[in-house]
Amino acid sequence: MAAPLVLVVLAAVTVRAALYRSSLAVFIAERVEVASPLNAWKRVVEGLALLDLGVSPYSGAIFHETPLIIYLFHFLIEYAELVFIITDVLTAVALYLAIQDFNKVVFKKQKLLIELDKYAPDVAELIQTPMEMHYIPLKVALFYLLNPYTVMSCVAKSTCAINNSVIAFFILATIKGSAFLSAVFLALATYQSLYPLTLFAPALLYLLQRQFIPIKLKSKSFWLYTMQYASLYLCSLVVIICLSFFLLNSWDFIPSVYGFILSVPDLTPNIGLFWYFFAEMFEHFSLFFVCVFQINVFFYTIPLAIKLKEHPVFFMFVQLAIISIFKSYPTLGDVALYMAFLPVWSHLYRYLAHLGLFLCLPPAGILPHSWTPLDKAGRDRGHAGFKIRTVPPFPGTWTTLRNVQSLRYMGWVGKVP
Amino acid sequence: MAAPEAAPLAARAEAEAARGGAGDGMAALLLLLLLVAAGPGPGPGRADAERERRDALREELLLSPLPTGDVAATFQFRTRWDADLQRGSVSHYRLFPKALGRLVAALGVRELHLALTQGFWRTRYWGQPPLQAPAGAELWVWFQPTVPDVDKAWKELSNILSGIFCASLNFIDSTNTVIPTASFKPLGLANGTDHHLLRYAVLPREVVCTENLTPWKKLLPCGSKAGLAVLLKAERLFHSSYHSQAVHIRPICRDASCLAVSWELRQTLTVVFDFFSSGQGKKDWSLFKMFSRTLTDTCPLASQSKVYVDISPKNKETELLEVSPPPTSVHEAIVQGDRKTYAVYDLLSPSLFNTSRSLNVQLKWKRPQDSSEMPIPTLHAQRYVGGYGLQTGEICTLIYNTHPYRAFPVILLETVPWYLRLYVHTLTIITKGKENKPSYIHYQPAQDRRRPHLLEMLIQLPANSVTKITIQFERALLKWTEYPPDPNHGFYVGSSVLSALVPSVTAMKDVDVEQSPLFTSLFPSSDGSSYFVRLYTEPLLVNLPTPDFSMPYNVICLTCTVVAVCYGSFYNLLTRTFHVEEPSRGGLAKRLANVIRKFRGVPPL
Repeated sequence: MAAPLVLVVLAAVTVRAALYRSSLAVFIAERVEVASPLNAWKRVVEGLALLDLGVSPYSGAIFHETPLIIYLFHFLIEYAELVFIITDVLTAVALYLAIQDFNKVVFKKQKLLIELDKYAPDVAELIQTPMEMHYIPLKVALFYLLNPYTVMSCVAKSTCAINNSVIAFFILATIKGSAFLSAVFLALATYQSLYPLTLFAPALLYLLQRQFIPIKLKSKSFWLYTMQYASLYLCSLVVIICLSFFLLNSWDFIPSVYGFILSVPDLTPNIGLFWYFFAEMFEHFSLFFVCVFQINVFFYTIPLAIKLKEHPVFFMFVQLAIISIFKSYPTLGDVALYMAFLPVWSHLYRYLAHLGLFLCLPPAGILPHSWTPLDKAGRDRGHAGFKIRTVPPFPGTWTTLRNVQSLRYMGWVGKVP
Repeated sequence: MAAPEAAPLAARAEAEAARGGAGDGMAALLLLLLLVAAGPGPGPGRADAERERRDALREELLLSPLPTGDVAATFQFRTRWDADLQRGSVSHYRLFPKALGRLVAALGVRELHLALTQGFWRTRYWGQPPLQAPAGAELWVWFQPTVPDVDKAWKELSNILSGIFCASLNFIDSTNTVIPTASFKPLGLANGTDHHLLRYAVLPREVVCTENLTPWKKLLPCGSKAGLAVLLKAERLFHSSYHSQAVHIRPICRDASCLAVSWELRQTLTVVFDFFSSGQGKKDWSLFKMFSRTLTDTCPLASQSKVYVDISPKNKETELLEVSPPPTSVHEAIVQGDRKTYAVYDLLSPSLFNTSRSLNVQLKWKRPQDSSEMPIPTLHAQRYVGGYGLQTGEICTLIYNTHPYRAFPVILLETVPWYLRLYVHTLTIITKGKENKPSYIHYQPAQDRRRPHLLEMLIQLPANSVTKITIQFERALLKWTEYPPDPNHGFYVGSSVLSALVPSVTAMKDVDVEQSPLFTSLFPSSDGSSYFVRLYTEPLLVNLPTPDFSMPYNVICLTCTVVAVCYGSFYNLLTRTFHVEEPSRGGLAKRLANVIRKFRGVPPL
């Protein structure tokens, strides 16, 4: 399997290198769909320039990256393009290895259940064959590397690629079963952008499943393991935050990064729901709505954990999708990450309703038009752009919802003898 | 210093008393009043009377014809008071306006400079201004080190001044106030210069009108009833290309030994009359043509009242201008590096009002002026916005140094509002095709809705060169309530300030501040080889992208719908349970219904 992967990687690297050298690179870097105030490359350069001038990058309202990015790019600023290409490749490889491992586990479980005769006779077509499962990791890597959204994010040098890479390593560590590495990478992902905190639940469920610890509230071993994992996670988070303090000897980065993510002061258009709402909302209610929107991201974790406790990796996928739809400054790079997981559940697609809407690459067609009204016409047709821009969340939500539905249906179908 | 000023005052008082009425009775009454006034005052009465007489008013009007044929008229009224306002022991105000005196004492102000300007001084065509101010309102204040909370004092000060001058200075808040580190040094006496005691704010959108002129005139000792202030009539002053009125308060040395402090209040008003709109075809000017008034009387409270007319020859030839009536004297001075000749009309000299009760100074051009002879000032600048669209843009500043062989540094101060996000890594300074690194940069980035950008740079300008400074910015989308009532008018960016010590062509002698004309003495000059100049560039008008103001409800509904649909679907999926339903055979009615449904193309029951 290594050879096709290498070929895919080479193709991806070529595409990215070619785009870097073309004139499209500058054009793409300015698009709001790939560069948000949180992860635009222009702002990273600005932050480093401020540091050179002797001014703290967090004293203004331009730079909202974590000190880790300052550490990283202080030395690597000349090789930025190479860094982003390598990051993408690492993400794809991590996803490949993770899904490969996951498929082995799924296949083993399926085999066990067939031998124990737990499946109804007429679900033969739903059983996955080794042949199908063989190509899934490669499809995942392909979906990630050659996805136009990922390519655009990489060419724009959006630090979303780094966030995706950390999340991919976290998924790999979780699926391999290493609690310590999983906690460290999860802490790093949370430190980078606050929302991966919700991935704590699916990771915990998967690790418990791997250790064959039953998920019952009264079980002592359940609580013991949870406490262990939680303390590993919190300790690594504290260590990383303290290390960041020592960069500039101040806690300024906390309101600048996390305060910014949570309070959404910058209303630059992006593909999310927040900006136009807060531009047009009455000032009196702003705190209320900020709280409502932020709670909305974290709110689905517990119900999904209860319902999907037997399918933690699917839960992780759904959670990633929810984060990328409802986070305060989403970009196409976040969408690309969860889209990479779609081949893993390709056997569910026979139950997928609204197939046409799912094949919703219409966003790719509409998006280029949505920003220009605001820019060139000068008057507001931004509300038109906003309405067009709320379309992408719909396919995302639809896909996720229908996938959930299909999975449950399949689980139900499979169980009835 | 007190004696020569007190003597004319005493003489004047006596002359008034003599003119006022019948002899002894009046004189006795006056003496009685004087004793009564001096008696219950704090401290010894004699010393108090001495103290209250030690304030002096000097007024002057400078008429300078500009190279383009316009005329600039600069009024300066200087009240100097030998009292210590800071000690708070002052309660009797005579010439110094009480409103401003109380302000200085109560808020711990060391220096105050307020200017309200309409129009823009075109340095390139009109030459270097005596005192320039940016368009709109500008206020900069140095506070005393004893002030506990400078920001609170600043807020109070701007509100009080807003009331005194009927201007919207109460809009000065933290979003347009900056603390410059190098551009604004104290113009009066100063012990130390901790720049945290300085505040600077500019309101470029502020409009100046009659409502602002009236309280300004009220602060003058004679009001607008006598002296030079009779010329200040609003209907002519605002019919001009440039109108700037300013108030400067600062402490100065009482005498050459500088053992005590006096307070100086200067009120200046500069107005440029446009040749094309008010010249009516001929370039001859007169006071009546400019102000529709003539000078009739002198202010009895003024110790000096003069009119200066700039009659400097342009090319060292015979004079271009002829003034009538003949001046009292001719004064030569080196002002801003150039040797200039002034015709002086001393309103206090008795010979001036001998023939007629009014003085109407007239200027006639002896020969037609060549427009090709326009002299170019040594330092001038321009600023504009580049780029296209509503997403990004670029601020470009061009600074010209036309001195043939001398290079000199200039400090540039830019204050940009927070909603134009500057990217300092795109700052480029190019002189003669090469990059020019500033020797000092102080940059303070903006914080959204709290603080503007502050960029201060010291740039060396080579001789005979043009320096282009560009910086890129991104336009922010604001909340719909933050737009002004006319959002498509655009947002103003205040003028940037250029401060420089320009090398002068002719050496300047150090002159006594008290004896020289007022228009030469606001900026202290340390040596004779250069003079201080403060220039302001154009204000900018920048458009920001606007949301649709008519659709808040639609937007809120749409977003909430998306969230609700998502939430509802998740809830549905997570709580739905599946049941097996046995397919039932059904009765005849059902089978018939199914047949009909098959014909209709509808799925069966």
